[in-house]
Amino acid sequence: MTFTLLAILAFAILALCFGALLGYAAIKFKVQSDPLVDQIDQILPQTQCGQCGYPGCRPYAEAIANGDEINKCPPGGDATIKELADLMGVDAKPLDAAHGIEDVKKVAYIREDECIGCTKCIQACPVDAILGAAKHMHTVIIDECTGCDLCVDPCPVDCIDMVPLASSSQTWQWNFENMTVGDIPVKQV
Amino acid sequence: MSKLSVASSPHHHNGRDTGAVMRIVMLACIPGMLAQVWFFGYGVLIQALICISAAVLAEIAIVELRKKNTERIIKDYSAALAGLLLAISIPPLAPWWIAVIGSVFAIVIVKQLYGGLGYNMFNPAMAAYVMLLISFPVQMTSWLPPTTLTEQSFSLWDAIHTIFTGYTSNGYSVEQLRAGVDGITMATPLDHMKTELLQGFTVQEAITADIFNGSNGIGWTQVAIAYLIGGVVLIKAKVINWHIPISMIIGALITASILYMIDSSLFGSPWLHLINGSLIMGAFFIATDPVSAATTNKGRIIFGALIGIWIILIRAWGNYPDAVAFAVILMNMAVPLIDYYTKPRTYGHKVKK
Amino acid sequence: MFADFDLVMEKLATKNLWDFPGGVHPHGYKTLSNTSPIANVSLPEKLYIPVKQHIGVDSELIVNVGDYVKAGQALTQSHSPFAVPIHASSSGKVVDISNHVAAHASGLSEKTVVIELDGLDAQYELHPLLDYTKYEKTDIVEAICQAGISGMGGAGFPTHLKSNSNKPVEFLIINGVECEPYISADDRLMREHAWQIRQGIDVLVHLLAPKQVIIAVEDNKPDALETMSIACQQQENYQVVSIPTKYPAGGEKQLIQVLTSREVPSNGLPIDVGCLMYNVGTCFAIADAIIEGKPLTKRVVTLTGKALNKPQNVWALIGTPVSHLLKHAEYSPTEQTYPRIIMGGPMMGFTLSSVQVPVVKTTNCLLSPSEGELPNIEDERACIRCSACADACPVSLLPQQMFWYSKAKEYETAEEYNLFDCIECGACAYVCPSEIPLVHYYRIAKSEISQQKIEKEKAEKAKIRFETRNDRLLKEKKAREEKHRLAAEARQQAMKSDTNAKDKIAAALARAKAKKAAQHADADTSVVPADTKVDDKKAKIAAAIARASAKKAAAAKKTTQNTSENAPTSTNVNAETPEVKAKNNESESAEDKKKAKIAAAIARAKAKKAKAKETKNNDE
Repeated sequence: MTFTLLAILAFAILALCFGALLGYAAIKFKVQSDPLVDQIDQILPQTQCGQCGYPGCRPYAEAIANGDEINKCPPGGDATIKELADLMGVDAKPLDAAHGIEDVKKVAYIREDECIGCTKCIQACPVDAILGAAKHMHTVIIDECTGCDLCVDPCPVDCIDMVPLASSSQTWQWNFENMTVGDIPVKQV
Repeated sequence: MSKLSVASSPHHHNGRDTGAVMRIVMLACIPGMLAQVWFFGYGVLIQALICISAAVLAEIAIVELRKKNTERIIKDYSAALAGLLLAISIPPLAPWWIAVIGSVFAIVIVKQLYGGLGYNMFNPAMAAYVMLLISFPVQMTSWLPPTTLTEQSFSLWDAIHTIFTGYTSNGYSVEQLRAGVDGITMATPLDHMKTELLQGFTVQEAITADIFNGSNGIGWTQVAIAYLIGGVVLIKAKVINWHIPISMIIGALITASILYMIDSSLFGSPWLHLINGSLIMGAFFIATDPVSAATTNKGRIIFGALIGIWIILIRAWGNYPDAVAFAVILMNMAVPLIDYYTKPRTYGHKVKK
Repeated sequence: MFADFDLVMEKLATKNLWDFPGGVHPHGYKTLSNTSPIANVSLPEKLYIPVKQHIGVDSELIVNVGDYVKAGQALTQSHSPFAVPIHASSSGKVVDISNHVAAHASGLSEKTVVIELDGLDAQYELHPLLDYTKYEKTDIVEAICQAGISGMGGAGFPTHLKSNSNKPVEFLIINGVECEPYISADDRLMREHAWQIRQGIDVLVHLLAPKQVIIAVEDNKPDALETMSIACQQQENYQVVSIPTKYPAGGEKQLIQVLTSREVPSNGLPIDVGCLMYNVGTCFAIADAIIEGKPLTKRVVTLTGKALNKPQNVWALIGTPVSHLLKHAEYSPTEQTYPRIIMGGPMMGFTLSSVQVPVVKTTNCLLSPSEGELPNIEDERACIRCSACADACPVSLLPQQMFWYSKAKEYETAEEYNLFDCIECGACAYVCPSEIPLVHYYRIAKSEISQQKIEKEKAEKAKIRFETRNDRLLKEKKAREEKHRLAAEARQQAMKSDTNAKDKIAAALARAKAKKAAQHADADTSVVPADTKVDDKKAKIAAAIARASAKKAAAAKKTTQNTSENAPTSTNVNAETPEVKAKNNESESAEDKKKAKIAAAIARAKAKKAKAKETKNNDE
């Protein structure tokens, strides 16, 4: 009997010790990291386009943190999905086509002589990238434009186009395969 | 003007492709093989033929299955080289199926299942050798004594006959062939020493046997020197770097010296270790296999030195007389770690503390 | 860690130099082109001068289509210190300013000034600073800038920026190494114009006051070594040094390492280790600019390769299309199964996708190899981890690891292996037995990493803007609600306290009515001119709106537009409380009526006038 008690006591003490040790370690070696939502928000492309069905990237980040699917972001595309999958510890899925397809980077362009100065696009722009005032022509600050598409629909005179960003030799990514001239004989495995 | 072809620089190449590298290594094996033929008969040539054919056929089969560019892959000569290295490692009169199983295992299991050339973690020839040694210990240790010591004369036809049927054309078995003039079966010097030591004899007593000439194994010394010549050619031709072979030999010598100083009756002399067994051959031809060796210069030195140390340790305390294959395989596993910790300092960067 | 000045001097004196790790020894093929003097080429019909030919920022064009320009006349100007102007290389008419295929591996087009030459080669007036020691240093630097000089050895870094250093310069290194196979432009230049190169060096010495000048030439150019030695023998702190032939000894970092054992810190500049380096061609151009006042409009270009019947060095005007030079060197297309023209050397040059590409300031060679002269590009094989690449790497990278991670798009790890320290010399791919285009993988990885960084920054900015906007909208909403609440409270209080509340309500109603009436009057006024003269704009707007809404209806699109509730309309919050307003209401309503009347009257008058004018016009 005493032997049993002794054993229980010994294990109890051990458990206490290890518990204390673990608790101490948890405090001492705590890994400081951003809250999950912030980390997800970091990965999202911040176009604020709402194609995911949420009003902006942060709301979608919150939704993902609460268990929503990670494949609803067309501007981010597969790269974003992959990063999100790594972060969330789930499998990467193909982009959900219901929310759109991955496209080349575009920016909004206002055909200025057609603009009537209604300010509707200014109100729609999630990042304040459109400049103008009532009854004055508007223009897009290209550097700030995220290509979210949200200004196109509100325009009553349909004078906003989404144009692909021109590629220059500075931003060229050595993709010989897409060259208009010349041909590349080397095949990479 | 027709369409101009475009490509990324450099547009120049030194003209030495993988196939050329592998062919040079195979050519460098020739002196060693000739010495083997001289001292141990024609067996090694037959084995080379069997192993290379089996390896190449296995490679073709797998590559076809994997739907790759067969011609291009065969022309890199890596399968042929793996076959050749296995052939010079196994006993010259080992039965043909040993050679075939070993070659197929090397190519199919060790190399292609890991993704083919460049992706295998282990040296195919050595992994196959180890597999054979563990599975067929008798056949794999049936080395003939040097021809100068055998009772029977031994022709090319005898070698072929023995490999395929187990008996010479005169009906002698390998066991009988291995018998010396005194009728006692002879083994390799290291094998002999291992057996003697296990029976409680000292090294000095062991090396009095016929197969030793002083402390040098007859034939083995010359074969080692021949491989050394081939190895030096490889270094001169810049096919391999000096780091692995030199550090491996030095590592083995230092370890052997320490053990020898501790107890010279239990441990062989450094010289004995150096020229017996396949230390030299392994240092220049096996451990330097690019795919499975360390890739940084510092890493190569560590890799080689540790192989050398392992060889001596396993020879001293292991159950097998020779240990090159085991040591190489062991160190193959450590390669990623070695590579990671031996990154060289890049130009313009400070030494990391 | 690195050798100090005295030790370097000692080593230089004993000709016992340092070495850099790795490197390769490709066959030189220099004798193909370096045996004959630099030839002159006939003027092409047109010159294509790209607006930007250097690292830095764009400058503004100061010529228009139709302008006549003379040789040496500046075509651009800029106030940015990072810009250098471009010049017309010969006289003629600007016939076009548009996009033209650029001297770049991408084969994309860039803004280019096209000049149709008149063949006269009329010179623009020159402004030499012959006695340059009498001028301010800043004037000399400015003159170098205005001559359009950017580094002629490789990257095209603006020369005047380099020459404006405040840090002390121990070694001024003149790079005549020319380590790439085939190229002999600098070799010929040194042999034929050593004196002028020295004049350029003298200018630099005046500007920079270095402790020592080292002119480095590879030992496979004995003639150039000799001429440079003769040209520099009078200057006591100039030393011509022969360095062992090894590729890429001419790389800036490698040459500094060979001569001084110093290493330029990663992300640093040579000046950080007391060195500055200029190409011999740049020195020649500096002498041209300062002593003769000529801007950089021509350079030596090596035309070589066995597909050319007459390989040679030529003076090529900047902007000359490659096709013109190929014709001059008698290019024979039959020599090439797969036509291939390389701008630059075989190690670092890039293939052209069009022969209309112009010669630019950094073009040192046009290489057109015959079939089998340079290896045909073959498909790559699997990497066998042989590390021949690491042995060849001049900056001690692990090319094979970088290759794995670049290929697998694990860019962070690739960066950990110092991907960005790669100088893209191509030594690794040169020795790779598997013929893997290693440098190509690094380039892709580098450009994608840069792209990702830009995007990350952009995303961060967008996020901030989005959040700021949301905050603002929220604030506005709150302000509006607060206003409504205050108004409601005030109303209630007024009801309670004031017995004349009913009157007030009546007054408010009256005021509202009056306002309505005024608005009506306003509308009238706007209608009046519409009667007489059709308002184009309004009609257009209406039409456009109708069109757009029709389109939308057809597409049955749901607008995601926010309602006007969120719109930033209430920026001019009225501070007036309703109480105050109510007191003023009577006079206001009266005033409003009056105003409306006046407005209507003015409008009518205007309409009359317009009508009168119109009839008058019609009469006439």
